[in-house]
Formats: sequence, structure tokens, C-alpha cells
Amino acid sequence: MKRGKRSWMFPSPPVIRAAGTVVGPDEGAGPLAADFDLVHPTLDLGQPSWEKAERLLLEQAADIALSKAGLKKDKLQFFVGGDLTNQIISSTFAARTIGVPYLGVFGACSTAMESLALASLMVASGAAELVAAGTCSHNCTAEKQFRYPTEYGSQKPPTAQYTVTGAGVALIGAGGEGPAVTAATIGRIVDLGVKDPFNMGGAMAPAAVDTIQAHFEDTGRQPEDYDLIATGDLAAVGHPIAAELLRRSGIPIDNTRFVDCGLMIYDTSKQKVQAGGSGCGCSAVVTYGHLLKKMAQGELRRVLVVATGALLSPLSYQQGESIPCVAHAVSIEARP
Amino acid sequence: MATKQATRGKTVYKPFSMSSKEYKAFLKNREPPRAVLANCAKAFLAGGVLCLIGEAITQFFVAVFRMTPEQASNPTVAMLILLSVILTCLGVYDRIAQWAGAGTAVPVTGFANSMCSAAIEHRSEGLVLGVGGSMFKLAGSVIVFGVVAAFFVGIVHWLFGWGS
Repeated sequence: MKRGKRSWMFPSPPVIRAAGTVVGPDEGAGPLAADFDLVHPTLDLGQPSWEKAERLLLEQAADIALSKAGLKKDKLQFFVGGDLTNQIISSTFAARTIGVPYLGVFGACSTAMESLALASLMVASGAAELVAAGTCSHNCTAEKQFRYPTEYGSQKPPTAQYTVTGAGVALIGAGGEGPAVTAATIGRIVDLGVKDPFNMGGAMAPAAVDTIQAHFEDTGRQPEDYDLIATGDLAAVGHPIAAELLRRSGIPIDNTRFVDCGLMIYDTSKQKVQAGGSGCGCSAVVTYGHLLKKMAQGELRRVLVVATGALLSPLSYQQGESIPCVAHAVSIEARP
Repeated sequence: MATKQATRGKTVYKPFSMSSKEYKAFLKNREPPRAVLANCAKAFLAGGVLCLIGEAITQFFVAVFRMTPEQASNPTVAMLILLSVILTCLGVYDRIAQWAGAGTAVPVTGFANSMCSAAIEHRSEGLVLGVGGSMFKLAGSVIVFGVVAAFFVGIVHWLFGWGS
């Protein structure tokens, strides 16, 4: 199962039985709106706090995924999840509602693929037959925790990114219908000294490059083996940088479609999202909503999702620390 | 490909390595620049408009309530604060500020917005620890450094006896 230095190739690949995606109003106004299962018209979801709204997103995504798979909650054996709030309360409180054994993980915005890789490993190793991998983020909880109060009038620079309000849950099973998770590459922390929390794309790009390169080396695959390679949330600043760094390393990244979830989820020319989307929910809803749909329609056969995470805290950047970054890659293949 | 070599059928890429210094220089050339000049112009315009509104309110108090301009200044500030709080509660102040930048941050309306937005945001954590404890999260440093600056300006004023 282990291949190379830090990749897993699954000999009997686990299957994504079903997935559920729930988003907020800005994502519902974006170009991928039709691919999401549920679009909320307001940011508060009728809840008294942003935190409660965020956990509701995850609970609804899990419910939708289960009902799409035609499964009851009691068939679910484990839930692997995480989010951006302090002490990952959104996932924990959602796990309280879901009521199955729970592993909380934190990889900032890389959590979507971190949880998918772990859930797939559990299923592929025989530790479980059905595992849910899910993550969520909310624009207002992220603003409140990492930046300023949501209504505070601060001017954001063009390098800043807009946290996606959304949740995505995938059900990973040992068999059944659906696309397969064939490989995963686990990232290491890459920190090139960027300290600006308003330029996370620039900070995270080297981590994405490091993981993509390790994935090709470990698996022996090439960019042309993929119909699409999507980074998580590098957005308008980080994504071209990652492409340039890959080319510099001699990786023919132009032989595939190299895209970014943070640029796909919004229309950056019309929506006021600065450089593009970010957050745990960003790569989760784009992968589980948009990419899986394209695979089911036969437009994509094999994709690599490289979710990137900036592992900073409000405390660490106020103390002048640089931003440690990580990226996890998961390869998903449609099956005939 | 020059940088790629086949060793026992395995592809080996040139390892990605860049020092923090190199990357900073690399990144600097690829970041969209902040529109400093345009932002200055917008801040000048927005700040000027706010002052114009303030002046109109002062003139209103002078004309209608027969106040002196000195007497009118306090109720004028109160009106501007009220205006800022209403706009913050309606969720539009932050949108104006994204355009206006320092133009809406520096005047008294920006101070009111920083307190009001924090009070709204932390309301879910209770009245005492939430609203009361967090209201000065941003405004606190304005008060601290405002007082410190006023202290030093006061000393300089006293030493040189300007304006008396």
C-alpha cells in the first residue's frame, strides 16, 4: 500500500459511495451553483450564531450524503472531520449530532483531502467498511476568528482571499458504485517565511508544489496521467506561482488541466472576493460537488486534488511567526 | 527534458528547493500591487465627504438651535457616531470601507464602527464577556495610543508654550 516516501496506493481502492455539499449565498451566486446539493440564501442559516450556522452546514451535508447513498446513519462506522474554528468545534458538534465514532483532524484548508485520505486508508486497510470524511468552513466564523469582526470596515488587499461558506461530506465504502480513491500523498510542512496572513495563496504555493512533485515521484505517474489537477485554494496569486514553480522543477504541468478550486467557485471578475476562495469548505464542495459530477458525466476520468492549508493561528501571526503550510493530494478515478 | 532523468524506470525531478529569501523576492514580483495612489485619492474623497456631512450637521445645529459652533461640535460628533452605527448595523459600512479605506477608518465614524462591529460580533458570547469584554478589542488600542500621543504632545506644548 505504501509507495515511495509518503504516498499510499490502494490495491483494492475504496469507493466514494456518495457525497453531499451545502453552500452559502455567495457560492450559490458563483459559476458552480448548480453542482451543489443545497444552497442557503442567507449566511446565518436562521441560526443565532455563525458557529451554529457552520455546524449546521456540516450536519446537512452528512444527511444529504447518507440519503443519496440510501443508507441509514447506523451503517456509518466512523466520521473523520475537521474545520477552521478553534478546537475544531464545528466538526465536533456535528459529530455529536451524527453520533458515530469520530476522529477530529486539523489541516486548515487542507482538511478536506486530509480527511478523505485518512478515511480511504481506513477502508482500504480493512479497519472499516463505511467511513464519512467531511469538512466545513464559514466566511463569518473565519473572519471573526482570524481577522476582524464581520462588519468592521477594513480595506482588504487584492491578495486576500474570501473564506467559502460551505460543507462537503463524502462516504467512503469498501465496495459499491462510485468513483474510486486510488492514491494519496501526504504533505509535509513547508514554510518559506511568508508572514502576511492576507497572502495565503503565496504562502501555500510551495507546499502544493512539494506535494505534487512527491506524488509524481512516489507513484511514477506524470501530469498527463490526469485529466485535471486541482489545487485547493491558492487563488489568483498562489496558483500561477505554483504553476511556475512546477515548471521550474521540470514538471510538465501544462500537459494536464491545472486548476484551482478557489478560482472555480467564484466569478472573481464579478464577485467581490479579492483573489478568490479559501477555507476548508472550498476544496471540499468543489471536489464533492463539481468534480464528482463531472466524473459521473464522463467528462473527467482521473483527477488529483491537492488541498492546501495555511496552518497559522491568530496568535502565531501576531507574535510575528511565519505561516507553516501543508498540502495533501488525493487521486480519484471514475470507474467504467 | 533536461531536468528529468530516468533512473531504473523511475522519474526523478529536480527537487524543489528555494531559500526563504529567494522566495520572498520571487513572490514580491508576482503579487498584485496595492493601488496606493488610487486608495489615497479615494480616502481623500471619502474622508472629505464625511467632513462635509459633519460640517452640514454643525451648520444645522447653529442655524436651527442657535448654538455657537463650539457648542455644536459635540452633538455633531454624536450624530456622526449614530450614522456610523446605523450603517454598521445595516451591514453597509464595511462595504463602503473596502472602497474608501482610510477615508472611513480615520474619522470618528471608523472608531464607532470598530466598537459597534465588535459588539455585534461577540453578542452571541453574552452581554458581559461578549459585548462588554470584546467591544474595545480594536478600539482599545486607539484609546491607549491616543492617550499616550496626547501626553507627549501635551509635554511638547508645555515646554515650548505654543498657542498660549
